[in-house]
Amino acid sequence: MSKAGKVFTNGLFNENPTFRLVLGTCPTLAVTTQAMNGIGMGLAATFVLLGSNIVISLLRKFIPDKVRIPAFIVIICMFVTSVQMLMHAFVPELYKSLGIFIPLIVVNCIILARAEAFASKNSVLYSAIDGLGMGIGFTVAITAIGAIRELIGNGTIFGASVFGSGFEPMLIAALAPGGFIVFGLMLALVNAVSNRDKKDVEAECALDEKEAA
Amino acid sequence: MSDLNFNVSTAPHVRTHESTTSIMRHVLIALCPALLAGVYFFGFRSLILAAICVVSCVVFEFLYQKLMKRPVTVGDLSAAVTGLLLALTLPVTAPWWMCVIGSSVAILLAKQLFGGIGDNFLNPALTARAVLLASWPARMSGAAFVSPNFLGSVDSVSSATPLAYGAKLADGTSMLDLFIGKIPGTIGEVCKIAILLGFVYLLVTHVISWHVPVIIVLSTGLFTWLFSGGGIDTPLVAMLQGGILFGAVFMATDYSTCPMTAPGQVIFALGIGLLTAVIRCFAGYPEGVTYAILFMNIVTPLLDKYIKPRIYGEVKEKKGGEKVA
Repeated sequence: MSKAGKVFTNGLFNENPTFRLVLGTCPTLAVTTQAMNGIGMGLAATFVLLGSNIVISLLRKFIPDKVRIPAFIVIICMFVTSVQMLMHAFVPELYKSLGIFIPLIVVNCIILARAEAFASKNSVLYSAIDGLGMGIGFTVAITAIGAIRELIGNGTIFGASVFGSGFEPMLIAALAPGGFIVFGLMLALVNAVSNRDKKDVEAECALDEKEAA
Repeated sequence: MSDLNFNVSTAPHVRTHESTTSIMRHVLIALCPALLAGVYFFGFRSLILAAICVVSCVVFEFLYQKLMKRPVTVGDLSAAVTGLLLALTLPVTAPWWMCVIGSSVAILLAKQLFGGIGDNFLNPALTARAVLLASWPARMSGAAFVSPNFLGSVDSVSSATPLAYGAKLADGTSMLDLFIGKIPGTIGEVCKIAILLGFVYLLVTHVISWHVPVIIVLSTGLFTWLFSGGGIDTPLVAMLQGGILFGAVFMATDYSTCPMTAPGQVIFALGIGLLTAVIRCFAGYPEGVTYAILFMNIVTPLLDKYIKPRIYGEVKEKKGGEKVA
């Protein structure tokens, strides 16, 4: 695989921000009551991530090391503010249901982490690809969580009824505890699937246990 | 386990015939009066619900352990106890699928995912009840509780549990009704005589000691009286209402979710009494026993951490930090 391909798929699987890095858990838990919210939040974050990665990569040689975090934040803020205004204008419904979590993208650690770990060290092209990959990985992950919570907690997916009118939704899935439970179970599932590929994982665990003892 | 250093002294050793299975069997027997009372007051549907809960708990535990290739421990009866406890905390009107979902929550989410018997930090049956309460509030409160109809002789009438009237007696309900169980409520909690029978059985067989249940019930009465500013009969009404007696005897005494030391257990029990009274008097929910016990379950590791018994022969550390032997 080319380097560009590797950088792109990195955000989808190996370093999926939600399931592998466990970053940005605040929006992950808070807005995933519906699948549509997940897509909206994910796309907004992807846009910010793409923009901030490109601009930070462009400016990486001019930003003094000591003030890089404030500089990153200001750049991120610019994109978040524009996303916020765009959403307010064109998708007012989604804007309302995401509420405070749109401005909070500023402090989403996925965005700052990619700025710090990738964009400030790599060329513009790769930074853009990284931003896109990470953003899509985040979008897919929280949309999946949102779809499961919506299905169990409301009996619908993207607002379309699935089980018919006789179904009594399990409200807890759409409430805060349901967010933690579904997120935790999906993390466990992802870990179980990805660990199955590793042959030496058991040996590793045995070693860890010995060290711990 | 193999890396731990157990100091085994020389013989003779005191051996016990107690095993998990024997303790769980005692608990099952102790729950029988409450179940029978439930059948008497709410009809045979209570028995069917209990059967569904027990069977699905055992099946879920079996399937999980098979799937995870762990040793299958359904023979220790703990899953059956969990199922029966869950059924007794449900209203008799609960549909069968709520029993199955509740059992899956109890066994899979609260028990097995945290390591199985002994490693669960929450009471599985109560966790399931809390999840069901949050998921289907209309089926777990208010009109879901029907008045006792004595083996289906009269059409059941749905009415609020006595708790909906606060710390006062409902109209037409006497203290004796509260005690016998002629009140709306969950299957197992209504008949106080049956619960007390089970309590005595557990005491006689040394499965539990009296401290935790008695302190819980008395402190609930005391704190409710203090908070509500009611009359002289308030403490007694508070003690007989809702699930406090059932929770105190069968839920709060769960070995793996209550503190190991005596002082810890006293704090644990007082905490449950206090929280139950606070929730009943000030919060939006009419019944607080479930949340009070679950909350103190979560606090239990902290209590165990800070209240450690002094090991025999150990001397208190001097202020300078030097250990004086």
